[in-house]
Amino acid sequence: MSKYLLKRIMLSIPTLLGAALFVFLLLRAVPGDVCELRLAGTGLYADQEQIDICREQLGLNKGLLAQFWDFISGYATWDLGQSMWTGKEVTYEIAIRFELTLQVAIMATIVAIIIAIPLGIISAVKQDTWIDYVVRAFAVAGIAMPSFWLGIIIILGLLILTQKWFGVPWMPPIDFTSFFDDPVANMSQLIWPAVATGYRYSAVATRMTRSALLEVLREDYVRTARAKGLFESVVINRHALKNALLPVITIIALEFAFLMGGLVVTEQVFNLNGLGKLFVESVTNHDYTLTQQLVMLVVVIFVATNLVVDMMYAWLDPRIRYS
Amino acid sequence: MKRFAPKLAVAAIVGASLGLAGPAVAQTPKPGGILNFVVGSKIPSYDGHRESTFGMIHPIRPFYSLLIRVNPDNPSSPTDFVCDTCEGDVPAPTEGGTKFTFKLRKDVKFHDGTPMTSADVKATFDKIIFPPEGVPSSRKAFFTMVESVTAPDDYTIEFKLKYPSGAFIPALATPFNFIYSKKDLDTHGYEWHTKNINGSGAFIFVQHQPGAFVEGKKNPNYHHAGKPYLDGFKAIAAPKMAVRLQAIRGDRAAIEFRGFPPKARDDLVNALGDQITVQESDWNCVLMATPNQKAKPFDDPRVRRALTLGVDRWGGSKYLSEIAIVKTVGGVVFPNHPLAANETELTRLAGYGKDIEASRAEAKKLLADAGHSNLSFELHNRGVDQPYKVVGTWLIDQWSKIGADVKQRVQPSGPFYDTLRKKHDFEVSIDFNCQSTVNPLADVSKFLGSAGNNYGQYADPVLEDLYEKMNRAETEAEQYNIMRRYERRALDEAAHEMITLWWYKINPHRSYVKGWKIAPSHYLNQHLDNVWLDK
Repeated sequence: MSKYLLKRIMLSIPTLLGAALFVFLLLRAVPGDVCELRLAGTGLYADQEQIDICREQLGLNKGLLAQFWDFISGYATWDLGQSMWTGKEVTYEIAIRFELTLQVAIMATIVAIIIAIPLGIISAVKQDTWIDYVVRAFAVAGIAMPSFWLGIIIILGLLILTQKWFGVPWMPPIDFTSFFDDPVANMSQLIWPAVATGYRYSAVATRMTRSALLEVLREDYVRTARAKGLFESVVINRHALKNALLPVITIIALEFAFLMGGLVVTEQVFNLNGLGKLFVESVTNHDYTLTQQLVMLVVVIFVATNLVVDMMYAWLDPRIRYS
Repeated sequence: MKRFAPKLAVAAIVGASLGLAGPAVAQTPKPGGILNFVVGSKIPSYDGHRESTFGMIHPIRPFYSLLIRVNPDNPSSPTDFVCDTCEGDVPAPTEGGTKFTFKLRKDVKFHDGTPMTSADVKATFDKIIFPPEGVPSSRKAFFTMVESVTAPDDYTIEFKLKYPSGAFIPALATPFNFIYSKKDLDTHGYEWHTKNINGSGAFIFVQHQPGAFVEGKKNPNYHHAGKPYLDGFKAIAAPKMAVRLQAIRGDRAAIEFRGFPPKARDDLVNALGDQITVQESDWNCVLMATPNQKAKPFDDPRVRRALTLGVDRWGGSKYLSEIAIVKTVGGVVFPNHPLAANETELTRLAGYGKDIEASRAEAKKLLADAGHSNLSFELHNRGVDQPYKVVGTWLIDQWSKIGADVKQRVQPSGPFYDTLRKKHDFEVSIDFNCQSTVNPLADVSKFLGSAGNNYGQYADPVLEDLYEKMNRAETEAEQYNIMRRYERRALDEAAHEMITLWWYKINPHRSYVKGWKIAPSHYLNQHLDNVWLDK
């Protein structure tokens, strides 16, 4: 097991290096830089001398190799650099947003699991009945409906309905309060994006649960279990579901990893100060240092998630062994 | 009638805020409360001397004082300046207009308790005007007329100019000129203020959560007696306009100081009625079309002149002002300023005539004379809706009426500025001139081919000479006359630039926000010391 783990970790190093090189080059292929945007982008008088000073201070006049070395060598000393826009440490910029993004990702995952697993099971068990059709329509709607659009509808709905019912329009808070400081304020802000994101996420997982369970329900060992006279609930829960969950877990885990960096538009809609919003800002600001480290963070999350999923496979299916 | 009713409601509320509904009854300010407002841009650093964005001004300006500022009670006037940390009125110049002596207040203290003296003001303006090599100062070019800054005693500061200049006082009132403590500069160096705040403004810095909010609390030792009224403020970052709009509607924020498009104003007023007050003003920002004179056929003044003649500014103002943040027809100078052209003078400029058909006939003739009857080119534009893409699309329609086939190339801000400043691979580009304090003598430098923010790729000695003369003109009448010649040269004879419309600032806010008055720039009147909440 530990040998397998070590091997997987070693294999991830070329992946990380490749990703680092790719994002480094890609960012610099886009025309424009942070100094031009900062000083000329406002329409105010923009002195070329000031832009040159800014470039010098941020190291943008260095050669590409030197810039790449600065980027990579930072990992050895855990000096990931400073945001080119704010001048603050990249680790600080990421750390203050990590809690919110992690919480939304966890909440959205919980929402997705609560919806997806029961609906997927019901849909499979009641295959081709009206219940199945309703569940499938619900799932297709979730896949078709972008979560940011659902988010906008939720906010507008809250504003309109609360004004109609109570005379005062209400919307979720637009600044983050930690769950540990004020759980009510925290949940009143984050439950909505979690629902908007979790619904789309659940739609994918529902369909996967349904199809995986349908496949397993046709296996010989399920027929044997039924022939032994076991209750249907035992057949489904103990014998079929555990085996059907393998692809569902893969989907859920990869979606979770995606949410850690990919909640870009939903975070904008709900004004969540998370990693997705930071990603957008850093890219639009041409903030190379911050964008590079954010991409690397997402790559690390994906690599780690894949590893965890592989570990879970063995727990769910004892036939799988590490080699 | 039903469809018309919301417009009437908007008109009534806007009218009231503009003072059209009769004399306003003065209310006694109520102390207390926290003002929540939303900001649509990000804070790069806290250093006013180096930054240029309202994303820094809105949350950080309340922590600092200036030497002089735009009159908070009359901010719509482009020429009304008052003392902030100086005493009495803004002084008149002496020694033939080349010396300004300011007496400083003795009750100004930095938030760390250090009293403010002339040494602090001198250190501040030395940093802005004469920064050491490698130290950024974005407003250095505004003060080319200053020879020296001296502090003869603890509470007197003198500016000696090389020549008399009407641009000096507005430059001094620029809201980025935060007064820093000399002690901080000496002890911590010139970078310290990028990440730290020690001002003498109405509010004391509490915390900043990057990307989320900035929080300030009342300064009990503020030098303007009885102010500020608020206990504090929270500036919440909200990059999406829809969020800012909904935040005001849902009362998560009371105001957004930059401005909304007309549709957003109407939505808010329709939803909340008299709970929303709307303030509107001409805006010291102008959208232009800049031909690249190194790209044929835009090196030919006839082609450039034809393009400006083809644009119906008066008609555009009427319709575009209903959907975009543009409205006022104007020349090179902010429309309400004494140095601005009046309507008669404007109509004498190419493209400003009221008979658009005659203008377009002349434009077609010019294109035919230049051998470009079927002119086809690309309009380079910025990937921002308001007002760039709206006005860009309108321009294409206008030019189609003189036979020009124009396609639009839209780029995000980074590549857009790279094209303008480095690559120069455009034919005609949208550009804009957006300044803070209305300072025509400085603002119109945008039209000089030599200016750092001019992208037309031309050199025009006539224009440069006029600019030089105008800056050294001793009377306003003389400045006015030269300004007209300058304007005619830039917009008509050489048609270096095509001004479209001046922006129009619309600030719908919760009616309980009192004391704040709209200014002709989103950078101005943001010290918040006169704001109070009528809750």
